[in-house]
Amino acid sequence: MTETVERPLARENSVGQPLRRKEDARLVTGRTNWTDNIVLPGMLHMAVLRSPMAHARITRIDVSGALQRPGVVAAYSAADLGDANGSIPCVWPVTDDMVSPPHPCLAIDEVRYVGDAVAVVIAADRYAAADALEAIDVDYEPLPAVVEMPAALAEGSPLVHSESGTNKCYTWEFGGGDYEAAKAKADRVFTRHYVNQRLIPMAMEPRAVVANPTGPDGEITLWSATQIPHVLRVLLALVTGIPENKIRVIAPDVGGGFGSKLQLYREEVLAVVIANRLGRPLKWTESRSENAQVTHHGRDQLQEIELAVTNEGKILGLRVDLTANMGAYLHIITPGVPLLGAFMFNSIYKMEALSFTCTGVFTNTTPTDAYRGAGRPEATFAIERIMDDLAAELGVDPLELRRRNWITHEEFPYTTIAGLEYDSGNYEAATARAVELFDYDGLRAEQKARRERKDPVQLGIGVSTFTEMCGLAPSRVLGSLKYVAGGWEHATVRILPTGVVEVVTGTSPHGQGHVTAWSQIAADALGVDPSAVQVIHGDTGTSPYGMDSYGSRSLVVGGVALVQAAERVVEKAKVIAAHLLEADAADLEYKDGAFNVKGSPGSSKTIQEVAFEAFTAHNLPDGVEPTLQANSTLDPSTFSFPHGTHLCAVDIDTETGMTKIRTYVCVDDIGKVINPMIVEGQVHGGLAQGIAQALFEEAVYDDAGNLVTGSLVDYLVPAAPDLPHFTTDRTETPSTTNPLGVKGVGEAGTIASTPAVVNAVVDALRPFGVDDVRMACTPERVWRAINDAGSKGGDRAAEGTVAYGGATTESTAGGQGDGIEKTGGQA
Amino acid sequence: MVHISVTVDGAQTQHDVEPRLLLVHYLRERVGKVGTPVGCDTSNCGACTVLLDGKSVKSCSVLAVQADGSEITTIEGLANGEWHPVQSAFKECHALQCGYCTPGMIMASVDLLNSNPSPSEEEIRAGLEGNLCRCTGYQNIVKAVQTAAAQGGAR
Repeated sequence: MTETVERPLARENSVGQPLRRKEDARLVTGRTNWTDNIVLPGMLHMAVLRSPMAHARITRIDVSGALQRPGVVAAYSAADLGDANGSIPCVWPVTDDMVSPPHPCLAIDEVRYVGDAVAVVIAADRYAAADALEAIDVDYEPLPAVVEMPAALAEGSPLVHSESGTNKCYTWEFGGGDYEAAKAKADRVFTRHYVNQRLIPMAMEPRAVVANPTGPDGEITLWSATQIPHVLRVLLALVTGIPENKIRVIAPDVGGGFGSKLQLYREEVLAVVIANRLGRPLKWTESRSENAQVTHHGRDQLQEIELAVTNEGKILGLRVDLTANMGAYLHIITPGVPLLGAFMFNSIYKMEALSFTCTGVFTNTTPTDAYRGAGRPEATFAIERIMDDLAAELGVDPLELRRRNWITHEEFPYTTIAGLEYDSGNYEAATARAVELFDYDGLRAEQKARRERKDPVQLGIGVSTFTEMCGLAPSRVLGSLKYVAGGWEHATVRILPTGVVEVVTGTSPHGQGHVTAWSQIAADALGVDPSAVQVIHGDTGTSPYGMDSYGSRSLVVGGVALVQAAERVVEKAKVIAAHLLEADAADLEYKDGAFNVKGSPGSSKTIQEVAFEAFTAHNLPDGVEPTLQANSTLDPSTFSFPHGTHLCAVDIDTETGMTKIRTYVCVDDIGKVINPMIVEGQVHGGLAQGIAQALFEEAVYDDAGNLVTGSLVDYLVPAAPDLPHFTTDRTETPSTTNPLGVKGVGEAGTIASTPAVVNAVVDALRPFGVDDVRMACTPERVWRAINDAGSKGGDRAAEGTVAYGGATTESTAGGQGDGIEKTGGQA
Repeated sequence: MVHISVTVDGAQTQHDVEPRLLLVHYLRERVGKVGTPVGCDTSNCGACTVLLDGKSVKSCSVLAVQADGSEITTIEGLANGEWHPVQSAFKECHALQCGYCTPGMIMASVDLLNSNPSPSEEEIRAGLEGNLCRCTGYQNIVKAVQTAAAQGGAR
């Protein structure tokens, strides 16, 4: 099919326009290509038997019973797979002495969390495979389990990996300046302890894989609901031993990720290995309950944070001591996630010293890894919470306290105490706009009145000013942090013989709308219409190079690579056009998709005409190769630093503890915007997830290590009535470190909103002597905080309630950790 | 096995099915209507919502045998020559990102507008309570339903 490209006389820039998404026509009509939709001739289905115990020795396992069941083709335990039972690698060994235990696809001799994979059944259909799991015979000898981090670090704790001799994974230290000196100078030292609870990412599409053996020598195509087809290919080659050039990985339509699909999962390895062994295509689709239990979790930090300040509230130094839950095994970047926050605790504030320590801890729980924001929401939460608490302590308005400490717009570029150079920003402007939209003074007046009349519904106002680092990442920086891969991105731009444009990108969208935004960028760079651009992504067969999508990196790195590749296409085309026009290339100007000889109207060549010449190659200048295409592999020189000010007002019914967000205003500065409609959508979704952490979501384990929030019944992903209407706006301070001036937006809303909401809750309750409420700030916790000011609402819900995990979980008599009868939260 | 006869998106289908087969698996795996996805196993997410004799149901909580003799409309059969106003409004208002919840969200919205042609924001939010979206924060979904309502979305 060819498409005629009509060029208006003066084309309007596409970048900056709210172009409706090209992706949507398929998605709103059901013409989708989710991995679970794929059906191949002779395809088999895999089901996974999982440990019902948080810690146990497997004393016997026999899969032969499953083989007798109808439709079953094969069944495997770890022993049956032997050497093919690969181990999931951790690619971020953050310290030289980090404990990195084996992470086999099927547990060998010991299970370490509820959900640990023990055996698999392969059958003709998914019902038969699931049915046959019950015929596998496993004898478990319970071992003591440890769920909470302080218990895991205590002397004599049960060990998650006994061969390591410790539950400590690593201790990582970082800093700038001399914290002790700053502390010595300070008038006050203000210390707080916050809990950043464990979350479950819950992308709407559960994971799925289809492995199709395509050749006699191990050639295999793997479709996977993944954010990282390129990285996955490399990792699969390393883990399975299949040569990388025989593996093709395709991420078709992917239904959200939020970091949870930034992973190499056991089922991906198992599907590849077993499909090759059987010589037949194999599908595995995760149930939502499995998703909650075994797709990696996020957050889960205990945060000790200390500010050394003057009486005027000027910050001199910041000390952070984190304890971060790794879960039972290390996934690909588990240990590195909290370290991404190390550079962000100082946020937008000036100070003389920073001291950061993080200790990673193993527990008998689901492994953690990246979840939307990955390290930065945790950092932003702690610093923005303590800023509001300090303001209350000093009797200063929380915005004023921030003004006294933030980097002013004249001070950019500014090198922070963490050593990052912030290129640009304007915290004053974003804050001023947010204050205006929010009616800050009006709400403060109303709050005062309500407090005075002891209104049972109190008003709370929460502030969060934030910055984050996007554009992961300069490869050399990643290297210095011991991350094993680079942070570059690749793009190819081709003008095909018929004049239409093909863009190949190494980013791998799963809801972000890259096809639309990349079309806009390419359209402007080439002077064509966005409809003439086709974007190819997510398939190592057609887009061989890439580092994929996570960490708000796609536009800042991949989008800029695209601009560079397009510019190279124009450069090459210019040489050909000059030859065809018998002009000097220096005399040509490129505008609206055509080369014109300066001062010589009428003599021009469109880029489509040049592309056809490059295709026929009948009349090319000497030394110029046929075809019109160019590549770019861009390694960013630095990070980018979006920022913003978020203000939240909540009504709290002090009699019931119910919190309702009344007003939410955010003004984000993400630099230049490619598509404002997509940007606004990203902000909305980010806010929803950050608010969800503040008010609704919490992964809860009982003492025996059962995940009691193992389904959408118990794990409260907010629905439409739970969320407010958001007021969003932007200020625009372009990034100076990339030609698009962009900064990244995927995580901003999530990072900023959690502390804004919790600050609002605590602000409402300060008259009751409350200075903290544990997340999620459920009505029960808020009520308990009001009625027992020191309780912070309690670590967990009241015993005997479903939220506690008591309703469906009973322990039998016996030793610690061995009383597992039923798992909670499973319908 | 039970013999069932169901009209799916206007076409009659007949199959012998196990009594335990879920309607959503019947649609996806026997009829090939993979436009309707599965998002959970507890009837919470609503991604699998279809119309059963004109009323929205979560097809994971209906057995295929219960649908015997019924008429099912999935997202694939909603457009009748041209897109349903709700489909157009979802695109126009950027009411979807990854798109996984979208089929269910659209079908639930269609049913909502059929029973309440001009709902308030609060009614829309309450009406879609059984459908979860992890990407959009719902604001643009609300806007899309309002837009569809204004364009006569009930049909």
